[in-house]
Amino acid sequence: MFRLFAGLEWKSFVRSKAFAANLVLKILMGLAAVYFSVCFLFLGVALYFGLEEAKLEPLETVNRYLLYFLFFDLTVRYFLQKMPVLNIKPMLPIPIPKKIIVHYALSKCVFSFFNLYQAFIFVPFTVVLLLKSDVPVVNVLLWHVAVFALVFSNNFINVLINSKDSVFYPVLAIVGLTAVSHYYGWFDATLYTQHFFNSLSDTYFMFLVPCLFFGLLYYASFNYFRKRLHLDTGLASKTDLATTENLTWLNQFGSMGTFLKNDIRLLRRNKRSRTTLFMSVAFIFYGLLFYTGSIEVYSSPGFQVFAGIFVSGGFLFTFGQFVPSWDSAYYQLMMSQNISYKQYLASKWWLMVIATCISTVIASFYIIFGWKIYLLIVFGAIYNIGVNSYLVLWAGAYVKTPIDLTSSKRAFGDKQAFNFKTLLISLPKLLVPVLLYTIGYFAYGSELGLLLLALAGIAGFLFRDKMFNVIEKVYRTEKYKTIEAYKEKA
Amino acid sequence: MIQVRDLSKSYSGVKVLNIHNLDISKGESLGLVGNNGAGKTTFFSLLLDLIEPTSGHIINKNVEVNTSEEWKKFTAAFIDESFLIGYLTAEEYFYFIGEIRNRNKADVDALVAKYSEFFNNEILGTRKYLRDLSKGNMKKVGIIAALIGNPEVIILDEPFANLDPTTVNRLKKIIKELSEDPNVTLLISSHDLVHTVEVCDRIVALQKGEVVKDIRTSAETLHELEAFFAV
Repeated sequence: MFRLFAGLEWKSFVRSKAFAANLVLKILMGLAAVYFSVCFLFLGVALYFGLEEAKLEPLETVNRYLLYFLFFDLTVRYFLQKMPVLNIKPMLPIPIPKKIIVHYALSKCVFSFFNLYQAFIFVPFTVVLLLKSDVPVVNVLLWHVAVFALVFSNNFINVLINSKDSVFYPVLAIVGLTAVSHYYGWFDATLYTQHFFNSLSDTYFMFLVPCLFFGLLYYASFNYFRKRLHLDTGLASKTDLATTENLTWLNQFGSMGTFLKNDIRLLRRNKRSRTTLFMSVAFIFYGLLFYTGSIEVYSSPGFQVFAGIFVSGGFLFTFGQFVPSWDSAYYQLMMSQNISYKQYLASKWWLMVIATCISTVIASFYIIFGWKIYLLIVFGAIYNIGVNSYLVLWAGAYVKTPIDLTSSKRAFGDKQAFNFKTLLISLPKLLVPVLLYTIGYFAYGSELGLLLLALAGIAGFLFRDKMFNVIEKVYRTEKYKTIEAYKEKA
Repeated sequence: MIQVRDLSKSYSGVKVLNIHNLDISKGESLGLVGNNGAGKTTFFSLLLDLIEPTSGHIINKNVEVNTSEEWKKFTAAFIDESFLIGYLTAEEYFYFIGEIRNRNKADVDALVAKYSEFFNNEILGTRKYLRDLSKGNMKKVGIIAALIGNPEVIILDEPFANLDPTTVNRLKKIIKELSEDPNVTLLISSHDLVHTVEVCDRIVALQKGEVVKDIRTSAETLHELEAFFAV
């Protein structure tokens, strides 16, 4: 039985979509994995020496803040860790005892990233602790076992409370309040909890408490799933209650309003597109890194305009780069309906223009860093509307990655990012404005730089129809290939 | 209405469809039957210009479908769930299609009301997005959406599959009504010989991409087809 399950896991791993990507991406992903593991390893080692340097007892300090770490870990898990229940559906009708199916599903989630990254922090820390400190070996090892039991307990607490907002948010609020009162020195909960965490390494028996706790949680999760192993209970996928939005005010835009309406619904009702909205808001604050002068390199003119483009163009980049993939699920419908490409593209274009304008207005708080900074953002927006909006639509014609709207995953690292053509078209999005501004800046001053940006933007705006014709032609020639690619489900 | 000339489609050298000559006249209702992989969906996809023909072409009301897009104005189709927009409610989807086909809300409402029996109270006003409907209910939405805007050519791929017996009978009634309309040219495909013979006045059987039978429906048609597909 175990051999069968292991075989399945292996196949699902090597045949996963991520591995189907091209070689360049595989290498890059491998490098990223190595990079992050080294980072965490380093963190574990540095933790010890850093605390020692700060004249703090490493183990005791870690024990003191372990409470916060565990809650932080739980919060991250709550939002990001997926429950491994969906892919056990095919197991249900074949003669495998339900008991084993549940054990299989539960032990599977033990191997998730969220449990492994801990190992990269605590193992090196423990090793350094063994080598450097005078805490007895047995105590260190018992402490290590206890901490791992706690981390895995988190795993199963998350299994039990997952999607129970009524439990999670109150707990989060209490922990938040504790942290705040700790910070202001009203009440320090860690002074009490550290006794418990210290006892894990001070005594020979206290480590049993987290271990028992872990055992109980595993047992509870097991029972919980064992009872709910039905398609309509534990395995049911959540369905959203539909809200009807008429958005009739968009009717005045005529046939384009039809598409705008649809795009707004698309953005609001799907997980994946909501992630995009969130990211475009995050981009507005990206400029803070550059304009607060906190990092010296970033105050060069090139970087300043780079940030200006990003602040207003967050939506344009994150949404625009996946036009027309947003409609991939029903692209065949779009292609057989009485729709002209021009209308379709124009509605996407307007959506990006509107979002760019809104971002620019929101970004007006940058005025506190000076008018010059805000002018950079405004002129960046003009360039975005006049030039970049076409570039993203054009590049989109070559994007052949279907998007699964209902999953929030894959917002980063889609393989299309390494599509050579897309990359080539993407370069001018950032490089050209940086070049234009820098040339103007060094030739005359920032005024000329801004003027060059604006001229490029206005020129693009004036040649709108021409640009649309060119893009439309590209979409037309790519039509069959795109339909074919979207047929393969994401 | 529709002329097919020397049409073929190959994937890596293997011919999956090869129709030398096929004419469908206006007002006809044509049933396309055949086993899995006979080329039914391929033919419909070519008719909708969703795939590129390897050779030959299709003319839909004087429009060559792979060079001009004018045919979209009078042609409607439902092939599979990929024709539905998952994050819309059924009503929103109907209005969307209606707006594309230049029909206002009242027109769409009237049409949908006419088929409310077909929906069996399971779709309209249920506060569900299309992606959360059952396969059968998705199909119902797709079929009715294809009727919005009085299209002259209606293409339905496997309309009877996945539907319950009552709905199949209701659908047969709807299709029969459409086939009696002299302005509507109807193309449906099916595995089900009985249903197809019942609603269509012409049957074309495909096998391995070739037309193997082309008959006017009569009392003997079902026997003839059953004999042909017998094992």
